[in-house]
Amino acid sequence: MRELVVIFFGMALVNNFVLVRFLGLCPFFGVSTKLTNALSMGVAVLLVMLVASAVTWPIYHLLLVPYQVEFMETVIFILVIAVLVQIIEITIRRTNLTLYRAFGIYLPLITTNCAVLGLAFINIRHEYTFFESIFASLGAGIGFTLVLIIMSGLRERLEITDLPHAFTGTPIAFIIAMFLGLAFLAFAGMIG
Amino acid sequence: MRCLNKDFSAGIIRFNPIFILLLGLCPALAVSTSLDNAIGMTAAATFVLLGSNIIIAVIRQYVPKQVRIPVFIVIIATLVTIVDLLLQGFAPALSAALGIFIPLIVVNCMILGRAEAFASKQGVSRSIMDALGVGIGFGWALALISLIRQLLGTGSLSFFGQQLLTIPGLVEEPAIIFLFPMGAFFVVGLLLALFKWLEAKK
Repeated sequence: MRELVVIFFGMALVNNFVLVRFLGLCPFFGVSTKLTNALSMGVAVLLVMLVASAVTWPIYHLLLVPYQVEFMETVIFILVIAVLVQIIEITIRRTNLTLYRAFGIYLPLITTNCAVLGLAFINIRHEYTFFESIFASLGAGIGFTLVLIIMSGLRERLEITDLPHAFTGTPIAFIIAMFLGLAFLAFAGMIG
Repeated sequence: MRCLNKDFSAGIIRFNPIFILLLGLCPALAVSTSLDNAIGMTAAATFVLLGSNIIIAVIRQYVPKQVRIPVFIVIIATLVTIVDLLLQGFAPALSAALGIFIPLIVVNCMILGRAEAFASKQGVSRSIMDALGVGIGFGWALALISLIRQLLGTGSLSFFGQQLLTIPGLVEEPAIIFLFPMGAFFVVGLLLALFKWLEAKK
């Protein structure tokens, strides 16, 4: 149990996907201009990460390893994630139209989000068990959502700030990401 | 001929993938801690980009429009697997340093973007020039970021084991923060502001 908690907080705070591992930067800078958008994107990524981990782990360990075709992991994982995103999208559209509208274009975009594919690789490289990889995906998704929400709150304030022209938009977002990263550095001491 | 020149030069400055289009940011920030990594990453990404642009330009008439994206992704993923295995076999140190960012070239929006926006519409020779231009644009951007980070973060500049230059005073007490993730955000943020400023001045 202690192991699982360490993995969860390690993924969410210490090795945060966006600020430390540099995964999922496109949505981080693209979608973090409004709080509501950031929340939809974060939840969509969390959902896909969870399902993708639950599916790619068995495929790797029960299919690729016994047949010794581990080198196929890149091709297989990207296809599986693309199919999963489609299935999730269709399921949500059929069952909950309001939720589907809230997700909008963010759900299909996740196919090419490196955070999801990166998590699948990290689960394999760290040799996590099935439950460990589930906790890792929960931590990664929640950490991603947390940073996205913090960032969107900061950027909403920036809209009304007087900035030098050269820094408006993305450049100042990068500078803010640096300060967020510095703040998150404090979590490094939490897990020894 | 002029057309080919235009395709080649577009990706280098005017539509630079990193500083102007903001594509392929994840590897650009993650591996830019040393010049060696930057060049390794550029070589791997350019190989995949060149291969995918050529293959897609050749088969573009035979791929039905509805399934083109999955077809592109499978072609790119195959090329990425080839690069991954080649690096593991011939450059294990580089492969270890770049880590999961080699397989993650699959989801680099720069490559799929060029496949969708250029190679699926143009001929082979124009697609080759486009891939080379974008590859060089990606390369110099990555080299510039890693040059600044390595110089300030270690106080010296080395290139595949060869010490090129050291800054006295900084070498004893380097600003290690530039090697940390925060340093990458800081350097790229300032460079983006610089390019925006230059653009506005023009």
